Amino acid sequence: MPGCLALQKPEIAMADPSASLSSTLVRSTYVAPKRRSRFLTSDRIIAFLLIAPSLLAIAIFVYGFIAFTGFASFTKWNSLIPDFTLVGISNFQKLLDTTRFQIDLRNTVTFTILFLILCLSLGLILAVLLDQRIRGEAIFRNIFLFPLAVSYIVTGVVWRWLLNPGSAELGATGVNLLFDKIGLGFLKNGWYTDPNIGIKAVVLAATWQMSGYVMAMYLAGLRGISDDLREAARVDGANEFQVYRHIILPLLQPITLGAVIILGHMSLKIFDLVVSMTGSGPGFSSDVPAFYMFDTTFRGNNFAQGAGIAVILLVMVAVLIVPYLIYSTRTEAET
Amino acid sequence: MFRNTRWLILLSLAVIVLVALAACAAPTAAPAPTTAPAAPTTAPAAAGGGKLEMFSWWTAGGEAEGLAGMYAAYKKLYPNVEIVNATVAGGAGTNAKAVMTTRLFGGDPPDSFQVHAGLEVATYQPDKYLQPLDSIFTSEGWDKVFPKDLLTLLSYQGHYWSVPVNIHRANVLWYSKKVFTDNKLDPPKTFDDFFKVADALKAKGIVPFVLGDKEGWESAHVFETVLVGTLGADGYRGLWTGKTAWTDPKVTDALNTYKKMLTYVNTDHAALTWDGAGQYLIDGKGGMEIMGDWENGWFQSKNYSDYGWAPAPGNSGIFDALSDSFAMPKGVKNADNAANWIKLAGSKAGQEAFNPKKGSICARTDCDQSLFNPYLQSAAKDWQSNALVPSVVHGAAAIESWATKYKDVMALFVTSGDVAKTQSDLQAACKDAGVCK
Repeated sequence: MPGCLALQKPEIAMADPSASLSSTLVRSTYVAPKRRSRFLTSDRIIAFLLIAPSLLAIAIFVYGFIAFTGFASFTKWNSLIPDFTLVGISNFQKLLDTTRFQIDLRNTVTFTILFLILCLSLGLILAVLLDQRIRGEAIFRNIFLFPLAVSYIVTGVVWRWLLNPGSAELGATGVNLLFDKIGLGFLKNGWYTDPNIGIKAVVLAATWQMSGYVMAMYLAGLRGISDDLREAARVDGANEFQVYRHIILPLLQPITLGAVIILGHMSLKIFDLVVSMTGSGPGFSSDVPAFYMFDTTFRGNNFAQGAGIAVILLVMVAVLIVPYLIYSTRTEAET
Repeated sequence: MFRNTRWLILLSLAVIVLVALAACAAPTAAPAPTTAPAAPTTAPAAAGGGKLEMFSWWTAGGEAEGLAGMYAAYKKLYPNVEIVNATVAGGAGTNAKAVMTTRLFGGDPPDSFQVHAGLEVATYQPDKYLQPLDSIFTSEGWDKVFPKDLLTLLSYQGHYWSVPVNIHRANVLWYSKKVFTDNKLDPPKTFDDFFKVADALKAKGIVPFVLGDKEGWESAHVFETVLVGTLGADGYRGLWTGKTAWTDPKVTDALNTYKKMLTYVNTDHAALTWDGAGQYLIDGKGGMEIMGDWENGWFQSKNYSDYGWAPAPGNSGIFDALSDSFAMPKGVKNADNAANWIKLAGSKAGQEAFNPKKGSICARTDCDQSLFNPYLQSAAKDWQSNALVPSVVHGAAAIESWATKYKDVMALFVTSGDVAKTQSDLQAACKDAGVCK
């Protein structure tokens, strides 16, 4: 899908010089435009030829493989040896009947919703606070942004240690120990080892990592809103809260949309953080479809089932991304 | 300007042709090796020269040392052969297996490779890609030195495809001697004993039964021993061949027993792996753990010696085994060297070089026991006399897709405790594997 956008741009870019080029060549090729179709100018051919290699590569390595995965999900390929006997949608039926996959889907929804809410609200609050022209803003900005530079694997391992509950027998560890020491012992809990918390513990780590990024997006948005608008609102008698409620937030809407898309598709595909932090968790309470896909494909050799999960994941991400792509190409065309 | 654009067209055409060539070249390049190795098999490999490429996932610790010991033994016999140690680390062999199939089906097999003894060999389509080793088994007299049950396990479609080098035992109950003597307890033989001991320990504030099931398979591993203990050797074996039904009331019993056992576990079991759980025994805060005999090596690496072992409850007289073996692909580059390697792997010298370091016992029954530590000696004694059953969690009893489903179902059981649902899920997994109707 990103390919589509990338492909359109060079064409547009090439169209501009062709206009100026043909105007300089009007005299020499005066009759040519009528004979040739307007489509096949030499510049367009060049443009096409130049993008052809990447077009070919994307066609094979992205769309070709997507198509192959889709095909594989309808076969009964369930060992290391490919078996392309078609079995219709039975892989999907079985998958949706599997308890583990049902839990996975629930976990994904929980994760996505909590992750979005926490990241967006935290990011917005941080951005608004930083936007108050405080001293040492650059330092704070960097501090909040740094987690983004850490890989998910590292985040996962560190948070696994932090949220390791310890045990009744051997004593508390990590955050629980901290709670103990500062007299907040009642806050102690099993974190990711508690089946009722499970994936929510992962949300904490993911939020820690990504909220700084949302903050940066919002901060850029806030800086793009001219002071005139705020001043005008204040002159009209709006208090500070109303300025944000009626002026700033509506103007930040495109940023919010962008953040939802970016965070949303990340949370649907989340894998490395879960693997390094919790694994499947007790009773699969922190399991996600991507991890199940890996498990069943590469440990269980259920290639057809793994392909089925991949297809479902693709559909879920497409549901989120495609409307955004349509929306953004439309607004692009308008401007 | 116009000339320039012509050049550009030419240039981009050239690029496209190049890409197209590269794309076309790939498929033609792949089949080439499939036919190529066929020739070297017929060509006589230089006696005592050439190479031997051995493929495994043994990259670290005792197993890598054991393999090196076996290489040394091989070098002594065939000093001119260069050994290529091809390894793919990680994932308890899952990564290696994926690479191995690619090489095998792509026509570039190593001379010999590691495979779990048992049904795992089926994944490699032996009739098409592997060399049957029946003649070596007869000429080396292996049908006499390996236990009969192991030979049955090794045989697939009427042939032997791999030679077993080591044996690990999965159904061992490890216990802290200190905890048991302090409380005047004996290691339990039956499930009733187990619960009596567990109650006594619980009353003293000691974790009776430690478990670390962070990775999911550990739970399935313990349940495997409960199945063996409840159904007996024949009944358990039948589960994987279709002779025993998963709907059998004895499976229900096993699930109920396991459910009761889970009420005695440490609270942080979901955060620990099996070795982390073993720390409870070392600290004297836990009583028993059911795990494979790699626990023995782990205790030793921690300088902990005050532990005892017994068969898991109900498992006496039964040896739940997993075994690594070496197979030989068809059409290998150095056929003679590979055959010599296979012979060494099954020989007394080869197994004695490998096993003490790996922390496993010989698949042969005639190894020199003085080379082994006390646990391994006792395991070797059981190995000669016990009934043998294959471990499912460790790839000996069922195809991988079934084994992972079984593992998933049991991982879920730890939190759900739903006996009826779990039993029907186990039955469904058996059906999916095509073994149950």
